[in-house]
Amino acid sequence: MMDKEFKREIMMDHYTHPRNKREVNDENYLKKHNASDSCIDDITVYMLFDGDVVKDVAFDGVGCTICTASTDIIADLIKDKTIEEAKEILRNYYAMVDEEEYDEDILEEANAFDTLSKQANRIKCGTIGIHAMSDIIKQYEER
Amino acid sequence: MFNVEKIRNDFPMIKNAGCIYFDNSATSFKPQCVIDRVSEYYTNENCNIHRGDYDLSVKVSKEYDDTRKTIKKFINCRDKNEIVFTHGATSSLNTVAYGYGLSHLSKGDVILTSQVEHASNILPWFRVSDLTEAEIRYIPFDEDAKFNLEKYEECFKDRKVKIVSLTYVSNVMGYKYPMKDIVRIAHKYGALVNCDGAQAVPHMKVDVEDLDVDFLSFSSHKMCGPAGIGVLYAKYKLLQDMDPVWLGGGSNARFKSDKELILKESPDKFESGSPCIEGVLGLDVAARYLMDIGMENIEAYESELSEYLVHRLSELKNVHIYNRNTDTAIVSFNVDGIFAQDTACYLNANKFALRSGNHCAKLLIDLIGTNESVRASLYFYNTKEEIDRFVECLKDITLEKCIEAAI
Ligand SMILES: Cc1ncc(COP(=O)(O)O)c(C=O)c1O
Repeated sequence: MMDKEFKREIMMDHYTHPRNKREVNDENYLKKHNASDSCIDDITVYMLFDGDVVKDVAFDGVGCTICTASTDIIADLIKDKTIEEAKEILRNYYAMVDEEEYDEDILEEANAFDTLSKQANRIKCGTIGIHAMSDIIKQYEER
Repeated sequence: MFNVEKIRNDFPMIKNAGCIYFDNSATSFKPQCVIDRVSEYYTNENCNIHRGDYDLSVKVSKEYDDTRKTIKKFINCRDKNEIVFTHGATSSLNTVAYGYGLSHLSKGDVILTSQVEHASNILPWFRVSDLTEAEIRYIPFDEDAKFNLEKYEECFKDRKVKIVSLTYVSNVMGYKYPMKDIVRIAHKYGALVNCDGAQAVPHMKVDVEDLDVDFLSFSSHKMCGPAGIGVLYAKYKLLQDMDPVWLGGGSNARFKSDKELILKESPDKFESGSPCIEGVLGLDVAARYLMDIGMENIEAYESELSEYLVHRLSELKNVHIYNRNTDTAIVSFNVDGIFAQDTACYLNANKFALRSGNHCAKLLIDLIGTNESVRASLYFYNTKEEIDRFVECLKDITLEKCIEAAI
């Protein structure tokens, strides 16, 4: 378990200085828009693939702390991974949020969200970008 | 005399909630007398009404129907048969839209409404507009979503407006709209007024005879009564002229296999199916409880609370209030640099119950330029001391603390 202080630092860092937040106008990227009906969150995720590798992940739009930080962290994690590895990371993240068994090591900084499951009304914020990524991977696989 | 400490003792949730409750626009707490009435029905009076040939059913049927007399007094209408029990404001508003709008509007007619409306008073009209080809028009408001009677009257100049559907009090801006003038002008041009009273009736004296409003909808659960029950008031001749949305047991006088159907008179024709009996009985007690305190006293006290809340919040440089000149104890705000939901999450962690979001009024974005805010909505059992604690808590808000509240 990460301590609270450390979690807060990770989240503040990714919220105030998101590495992957930018608009993408490149037709080679697949994109997915996702908005919350209960929070401000309204973001678009962009992903670039090269064969079976996730080459790049970016997002833009408006998001609260939980949405922005979770999307940015997972974007970092799945970048430069194979599609199978990326799917494994997403699967573990969902498992963590659903209070099922998951592999802490694989989630790295995303462990900051290990108590999100206790905040029923914020789960949506913490999964909105991740849903978009799952959808894009599916899009890519079904293309 | 208005004695808030005595009043607070009537509400068990004030002790039991474990938080300071500032979400009264969503729903109010219930006083013990209402809770007792509901449980009294299930403990000693459980039966269906208007059906049984036995003493118990006759007694409870009478209590149910007598609630119309209480509500008649509460909103000062002429006839108890102008009171229809529904499932709540949403169901009352839908009854007007479908029961009156569908059969009385057609292409070329205008439904006049506003951008501050709650979804429950706009979406039914969208559908009526689709089905009848009547046009929806929005009243141009002043800056800050304030009402302008001149701009309003302009809307009637082409004589197409047939119905005005408007909230009395905005559930986000807390403004009280000049309903009496709104009705007077509408009637001058031969239009009817459907008033959404969900945020008004619980907080002030609403006198339908004085307002001369044609329809009024409100929910019991926002005025200390049980959930699942509400009221539609309409002038009796309009009720006679309306179609019930639902048909079934209780609303018909007779029907035959050749589809001949004779409905009962109003209000029975609108009350198909076994009703929420305990809800009506509880609403009766709630309305009498409010009348005992006095709606004028409630309004005066809430106005004091509202002024104090705005005054204290104004001390905080990082808080932006969207409705500084609110007419009610509804105040919508944001903290600079922090999204509404993050603020509400921080407040929740500090044991304050408030709502963030767009509050079901999604067209308001165009008027006030924000789509999400935090809303504090107080009721007559809240206190200045609670406001002080709230302001102290908001003083300390930081982004870090919002995040900490979520992990
Ligand atoms: C202005 C307004 N109208 C209608 C409603 C709908 O009331 P209910 O959900 O009780 O049907 C609400 C509830 O929030 C409201 O604030």
